[in-house]
Amino acid sequence: MIKYALFLGCNIPARVSQYEDSSRAVLKNLGVELIEIRSFNCCGYPLKNIDQKAYLLSSAQNLALAEKQGLNILTLCKCCFGSLKKAEYLLKEDLNLRQDVNHTLADIGLKYEGNISVKHLLSVLYHDVGIDAIKSRLSGSYKELRIAVHYGCHALRPSRITRFDNPIAPTIFDELVEITGAVSVDWPQKLECCGAPLTGINNDISINLTKKKVSDAKKSGADYLCTACPFCHLQFDFLQKRMVENNGNSEHLASVLYPQLLGLCMGIDKETLGIDMNQLEEHEDAKG
Amino acid sequence: MAFNVLLYTSLFVFISGVIYKIYTWFSWEIGISSRDIDRSERLSAAFKGMLEVIFSAKILILIKVFILDVVFQKRILKEDFLRWAMHMLIYTGFMLLLLMHALDEHITASLFSEYYSTLNPFFFLRNFFSMMVIAGLTIAIYRRFILKVPRLKTNSMDYYAIIILTVIMISGFFLEATKITSISDFERMVEEFSDVDEKKDINALESLWVHAFGVVSPDLKEPFEEKLLEYGREIHEINCASCHSSPKWAFTGYALANILNPIALRLDRAKGSKILWYIHILACFFGLAYLPFSKMFHIIAGPISLLANAVMEKDKPDPANIATRQVMELDACTHCGTCSLGCSAATAFDALDNENILPSEKMVSLKSLIAGKKMSPEELKAIQEGVCLCTNCDRCTVVCPVGINLKELWLNVREDLIQKGYPEPLLLSPFSFVRGLNRYDIPADEYYKPVNAAKQAVAGKFDSLIKQSPLILQGAGIEEFNQLAKDNTFSYCFSCQNCTSVCPVVCSFDKPEETLGLLPHQIMRCLGLGLIEMASGASMIWDCLTCYQCQEHCPQNVNVTDLFFGLKNLAIKNVKKA
Repeated sequence: MIKYALFLGCNIPARVSQYEDSSRAVLKNLGVELIEIRSFNCCGYPLKNIDQKAYLLSSAQNLALAEKQGLNILTLCKCCFGSLKKAEYLLKEDLNLRQDVNHTLADIGLKYEGNISVKHLLSVLYHDVGIDAIKSRLSGSYKELRIAVHYGCHALRPSRITRFDNPIAPTIFDELVEITGAVSVDWPQKLECCGAPLTGINNDISINLTKKKVSDAKKSGADYLCTACPFCHLQFDFLQKRMVENNGNSEHLASVLYPQLLGLCMGIDKETLGIDMNQLEEHEDAKG
Repeated sequence: MAFNVLLYTSLFVFISGVIYKIYTWFSWEIGISSRDIDRSERLSAAFKGMLEVIFSAKILILIKVFILDVVFQKRILKEDFLRWAMHMLIYTGFMLLLLMHALDEHITASLFSEYYSTLNPFFFLRNFFSMMVIAGLTIAIYRRFILKVPRLKTNSMDYYAIIILTVIMISGFFLEATKITSISDFERMVEEFSDVDEKKDINALESLWVHAFGVVSPDLKEPFEEKLLEYGREIHEINCASCHSSPKWAFTGYALANILNPIALRLDRAKGSKILWYIHILACFFGLAYLPFSKMFHIIAGPISLLANAVMEKDKPDPANIATRQVMELDACTHCGTCSLGCSAATAFDALDNENILPSEKMVSLKSLIAGKKMSPEELKAIQEGVCLCTNCDRCTVVCPVGINLKELWLNVREDLIQKGYPEPLLLSPFSFVRGLNRYDIPADEYYKPVNAAKQAVAGKFDSLIKQSPLILQGAGIEEFNQLAKDNTFSYCFSCQNCTSVCPVVCSFDKPEETLGLLPHQIMRCLGLGLIEMASGASMIWDCLTCYQCQEHCPQNVNVTDLFFGLKNLAIKNVKKA
């Protein structure tokens, strides 16, 4: 049995709980055990702009908490993933830094020795569970469903640190989507940013990028965007809906979270997967 | 007489205090939620809301919440058993003492016709309930000062609460112990309640009480003849036993009486029990009068917060009621620190050393702020930073034992502070993500104003950057430069401009340098030249998506995005210094 400490971060419990619910349902079906560590805190991602030390400390504290239980971390959020991964990398490379961090962590009875690692949901599904094992669990498949996969920046890059997939020509998300019978469309903007990191800082640029991606995915014939990150999801779902409502932008495209897409093929019901919690309405053809 | 004067004075202060507090709920302004809503609107909205709840099915929710969360404190139990035990012991113990002992003439005596404060079970229960409170207080002190629960701060209000309860309890114990040993109390009671008036009989009775019940007599001392005691016992059974149980049942008072034994006579001569009685009732009356102004007011505001939030949660409440509720919630906060323990962003408190990052401390500051206390610019900046440094994970709201809707409170107060306050660099980080999501709920000019102010404080446009004269060349030796030079990959840059050409932000503009100040490759060159000031002043670094396209595509492995982070940290440090 594969066992992970589930790292939810801040956005999922407050705003995208359907991502947690659907991931739990899918992983349970695949025999992945998730352990809850209640004392996990923010990964430090929003602190990066403010104070690198504060960021690193936040990440390191989470790593130390998981290490204390001898568990690797599974994240659902790609920004948490990127942040924790970078901390993992820095603390492995720079022993002086690790000593400094551990000195502070000692105040709360923690230390990090670099013995655990951080993985994203998609890597766990692809590498640890495996395509074949997932396939054996499917009870249905999509016909003529075209999906535009959105990889998410903080998982792909910097590849030297995240080691998620080939940063120029990644495939794991496409493969994971295609086992459901859906087609993963080719689209030029696939590896670009969703715009979420500038939401609140520079909404104009952020919305502009979102529009660009949506329009590109549509042009490429996609029925849905598919993400595996709460930031990307909020951007494509919640915010896109508000954009449509306020600007009358007719060119919109609904977005679905990967475990929701997969869960439907496993025969998990829509309520458990929280499909109705997605704000943009789904197409009729999205039936398993 | 003195008793009544004190009682009615403190009761008067208490009632006036409560009325004043409730008045503030409707009159104090809080954040943007109270904007353009006057007192009378808030008052009528509250009445309307309450009536609607009482005459609807929602009353069932109220009953459920009252039983589970108010009486049994389910929310505390869910978080921490020790804390729950502590609070239950103090609150049930004290409540029962209040009803059975303090209000005995009005409640206990009318319920039980044979009531005497010296008779069991009341005699025993008074001690038992007091010991519950003492046990609770011991846990409270243990948690705060020995266990040192992380992020649990202790302020003057917390000290006050512990001290006032301790004084009431301890003075009560000493009062009882002194009365047990007091010969004059013994004599008074014999005269008042018994028919014993013969010298011989009094002597026998007194001997028994000295021997068995802890009275200390100036004349009679152990050992006593068994015959005398036997006679005393007979008199006791006839005259005393029906309305006075053995003082041994007052187990704490009796144990304390044994300890006081050597000084009991002196205490009695000094009217010890009278003095202790004054201390005891003065502490009680002071506690009562000061209650509305102390954290003990949570006894009233806490349940109101739990009930109000339970019925206001689901549907869209009247904005006038939100303002009122939020002022009331400040009174409901017990400074218990549960929110800070669960706070996602609290690690930043360890690094940035601003107590206002912790939700429980933010509440303390907000109480002063909303009450209109004059604040220094430093204090205001610290509160503003604390309110903005929040990931909106809502964990504080989920765990709050009195059900305060903290997430809404933060958003409301934050918006008000950043509109009126100082430029806030935290707005230029993902901490403002939720504000960005709510972009369409805020009027455009209001939405952009604080972000632009923050940007103006940290960054400039290209024109202003090149006009900086003289250009400040900085090299090794400057602390900030050394910090950045740790990652000196910028020195490998040969200006191929790959970073700039793959940047999705740069691609968003026709004339990018006009808006962004400097482009990524120019920033790397600036760093190479030691023009840190210039590099850290470019708007580009704040409009960076951190998508790492530049860094990934750099043929020279320059850590472009990471260097941007370093520059942003530097710029913020400079703003803070200024």
